Order: sequence, then C-alpha cells, then structure tokens
Amino acid sequence: MATVSLEHATAATRLRGPAIPFLPEMILVALGIAAFFAFPNDLAFLARILITGLFVLSLSLVLGQAGIPTLGHSASMGTGAYAAGLFAIHVSQDPLIGLLVGGLAGALIAVTTGALLLRTAHLTFVMLTIAVAQILYEIANQAAWLTGGDNGLAGISVNPILGLFEFDLYSRTSYLYALAVLVVSYFIVRVIVESPFGLTSRGIHSDPDRMRALGCNTYRHLLIVFTIGGLFAGLSGALSAQVAQVVGLSSLSFGTSGDALVMLIVGGSARLPGALIGTVVFMIVEHAAATVNPYHWLFIIGGLLILTVLVLPGGLISVVDWVAARLPWNILGRGARHG
Amino acid sequence: MAEVLQLKGLCKSFGGLVVAADVTFGLAPGDRTALIGPNGAGKTTLVNLISGALYPSSGDITLDGRSLVRLSMPARVQAGVARTFQLNRLFRDQTVGDNVRIAVLQQKRQSLRMWQPRADGIAVEAAVEQVLGALHLQARQGRLVRTLAYGEQRLLEIALALALKPRVLLLDEPAAGVPRGESGVIMDVIAGLPAELAVLLIEHDMDLVFRFAKRIVVLASGAVLTIGTPEQVAADERVKQLYFGRAGHVSHANQTGQVSHAGRPH
Repeated sequence: MATVSLEHATAATRLRGPAIPFLPEMILVALGIAAFFAFPNDLAFLARILITGLFVLSLSLVLGQAGIPTLGHSASMGTGAYAAGLFAIHVSQDPLIGLLVGGLAGALIAVTTGALLLRTAHLTFVMLTIAVAQILYEIANQAAWLTGGDNGLAGISVNPILGLFEFDLYSRTSYLYALAVLVVSYFIVRVIVESPFGLTSRGIHSDPDRMRALGCNTYRHLLIVFTIGGLFAGLSGALSAQVAQVVGLSSLSFGTSGDALVMLIVGGSARLPGALIGTVVFMIVEHAAATVNPYHWLFIIGGLLILTVLVLPGGLISVVDWVAARLPWNILGRGARHG
Repeated sequence: MAEVLQLKGLCKSFGGLVVAADVTFGLAPGDRTALIGPNGAGKTTLVNLISGALYPSSGDITLDGRSLVRLSMPARVQAGVARTFQLNRLFRDQTVGDNVRIAVLQQKRQSLRMWQPRADGIAVEAAVEQVLGALHLQARQGRLVRTLAYGEQRLLEIALALALKPRVLLLDEPAAGVPRGESGVIMDVIAGLPAELAVLLIEHDMDLVFRFAKRIVVLASGAVLTIGTPEQVAADERVKQLYFGRAGHVSHANQTGQVSHAGRPH
C-alpha cells in the first residue's frame, strides 16, 4: 500500500503543470508590466492586444483543445460587447458588473446556438457558425435604434474601477484593467485545460466516436466547452466596449473571427500560450506593416501565415518549446506539455 | 447462471444485403464465448449492433432483461457493455496514462470536473494504476501512445475497455496484426480477465479461440450456424465445410465472403 501511494505521488507530480505554481500567470504579469513601462505612449494599442488576446484564448479552448471548428466566434464577442455597452448606457456604469454582464451574454449566445449547432459536425457546423454570426451582425445593423447600426454604439462610459481607478486619457488604467482581466482569465482557462474536463476535451478532439464508445456524452461535453468559450469571448467584448467606449458592428463580423483563427494558428493552437504569442505577433506585424504600407499590409500577414503553417505546423509556440527544452534549467517542467 | 446479455432474433440488412439474420444467443457472467466464422460472416456487425454503432432492423438486445436497442452508444457503455476495436482506436498523441485516465474518468463520471489537475483524483489514479498493472503497462505510463510497439497498443486497447468496468466485454480480434510469437501476451491478459465478466471474443486465430473459449458460436452469412463446446464445433461437419469446404466450394465461399466484407460499412 505504501509503495502504491508513493507511485501515486510521483505520477501526480510528473503530470501536474509547471513546477512553480502560477508560473505562466507570473510571466504574463511580468511581461505586461514591462511593456507598460517600456511603451508608455502605446498603451491604447497594447490594451487592444490584451483584449484580442483574451478573445483568441477563448478560441484556443474551443478550437485548440476541444476541436470545435467555429468560424463564428465573434458572435459571442460582439454580443458581449453590445451587452456591456448597453448595460453601461442604460443600467449601471459599474465596470465589473458590466464585465460580468458581457461575459454572461457571450455565454448565453454560445449555449443557445451551440445547443442546436453542436448536433451537426464538420463543414455543416462551420457553415452554421458563420451563419449565426452573420445573422447577429445583421440584427445589430438593423436595430439601429438600440445599437446605433453602422455608426456603432457610442456614449459608453464607465465609473472608476472599484471606485478607485479612473479611466485616463493615456489608457494607463485601461491597459492595467485589461491585463488584470486577461491574467485572471488565463488562470481559469489553464486550470480547466489541465483538469479531467480538459483531458476529456482533448480526447473528443482527437476521436469523438472513440469517446462515445467509452461512454462519453460528447454533445454535452462540447456544449459546456462552447459555453465557457463564449463566456470568455463575451468578457473580451465587454472589455473592448468599456475601454474603447464604443462598440462597432465589426465586433460581430466574420473578419473578427477569421483574424482570431489566424492568430491562433500562427501562435499554435495545441497549448494556451500559443494564443497570446500569436495575438502579439499578428497585431504588431499588422500595426507595423500598416504603418509602412497602408495598402499592402495584408501581403505581409498572408506571408506570415503561409510561412508559419509550412515551417512551423505547431505554431510559434514550438520555437519557444524548442528553446526552453535546451535551457540548462528545465523551467517549464515536464508537465508543462499538455495536449 | 442467468444470462446477463441476450440477443433475441437480431436482424440487420443494408438494402438487400443481410448481415445479421435472426441471431439468438446469450452471455452469462463468467462466460468465455468465441464468435467465429469466415470473412464477411457478420462478426464485427454483431459487435456494432450490440455496442450501438449500428441499430438492428429487428430483434432485441437486453442487458439484465432491459432492452438496449433504443439506447445510444454512450448509454450502453454506462449500462455495462464495453468493446475493443479491430483496428486500434487510441488517443495517439496522449500518454498511455492519460489514455486510461480518459476512460476511467468516464467510468467514474468525473469527466466534467474542472477544478483539479487531471491526475489528482485519488480514486481515479488508483483505478488507472490498477488497469495499467493488470495489462503490464505501468512502465509505459508516461510514453506517448504513438511511440508504443504495436502489440502494446493492442494491450492498451483492451485496457481502455477494462477501465470502464464492464459486465459484458466484446473483444474484436484483440490479436489482429500481432505476430504469432507475441500473441501469447495478449492471450495471457485475456485469460486473466475478471472471472465474473462475460466475454465475447471474435478471433481468426483458431489456436487462441480453442485455448480461450468454453463455448463457440459459429456465424455464417449473418446467421448462427451452430453453438457448442470447442470439441463439438471442431467435430461439426458443417463447420469443417464452412472453413475448408469441398474443392469446388472454397472459391465460392471466399468470393461471397469478400463481397459482403467490402459492403460492410466501417
């Protein structure tokens, strides 16, 4: 018995995440703070990166982990953005409650559409996700009395966070607020990914029929994943509404879903850090390329995608892994590889 | 002993092609029954019908008297019917331990737990260790499945089914593709299965069948040709004809066998 529990302990330590608890989150905070001091004039842009990073992170859970091939993930983000914006205008200007409202709205749209869509699979599912996002886009466009139509939903303003931190002209508060929400969200998503639930999600990703032969109700499981993904996508939408103080129709557009997919693939979809790496690289390249040549920056983005897919099928995260594996100290630990 | 699984007049046809014709037999706890028959006799079809991958055209399947035919595949597994696959269906990019863990989490209904690391459930880990131990795979626990030798992958296929703690186990050619010299390990594992488990073994290797089975069901063209002890079946003229045929009948039997095999969906 003693030996059995000893083997247990070793197996458990080996399989657990990084040796240092909260390591990924600590790295994220450190990089975030460093960027805060290094680029004080670009905080609005950096805040947008963090918000998009949260959106891509939620896609990583849905697509990278569970293999749900959605091309309409913007449905949850846009719904969350409009919900948080309308909440701030009509109900309360409390930012944290508004954030929660946005997240719940994103989850709600995911669970209702997912309940129907997840009965299908493959190309049918992909097409239906696009259709749902397009329908929501058109509803937001037509209901101009509520959403502002293609002028966007303007006039959003929120109170200081916790009554203490006022949103300022230099986006300092916005940036740190977005960073805090991203770090907390990252932690929650990582716990889910490393849990029995996450392991089962990856099992469904690789062979759903085999999972059914093991007794798994794959439909229910995927619906829960899809809903959690919708929650975090809704949070990112709410963040963008509060920080930008305006919600545009583009938050529901196909382009938003497509860009997020490109960022995820460039960064690597098998593991969570890939979502953030891909977002940072994509947005900085896009920003720089658009500055250099406002007409042809899409060439550079397209080239980046082709290069990554051909040379690094695992995404940019595989470069990080390659380097980390060759460091004299094994900072990420064996268990850092999941999926 | 009372039969746990019963097949009653089970029929299945795809258009004009009959793949199961009035199949009736049962399995009692502890049964070691082999299902044999030439290619295309409908052996895998029968496993698919019992496990829920296919729905029968008519007839009934009961577990403890409760009909299974309206239940989905996952519901049948939860009721206690597990199967293995003729071709490995494993999670190749996961470790051996995680493969078994995925199955155990289903059996213990813990696959929705989100707030603990996946290897922290004490009961789950004990079950994982136990299953890996029973199949001599402990040493492989941390290895990715795709790096395992083929024979070990066959063992893991059985491990996943055993992790579900079934009452009825359907083994679809567990030694398929394993070299003769190595099939002994798989036979030992099958011989060591829990005594109260009802096992239905599909196998082409007659050595394995005769070492394992206390009872043999012979299937031909979807119908039960005969059921009996290994000695009875070995002595049965019809079975000899089915497998060895008379000179003129061999090629004919093979042809029809191949046609219906090709027509069988996977």
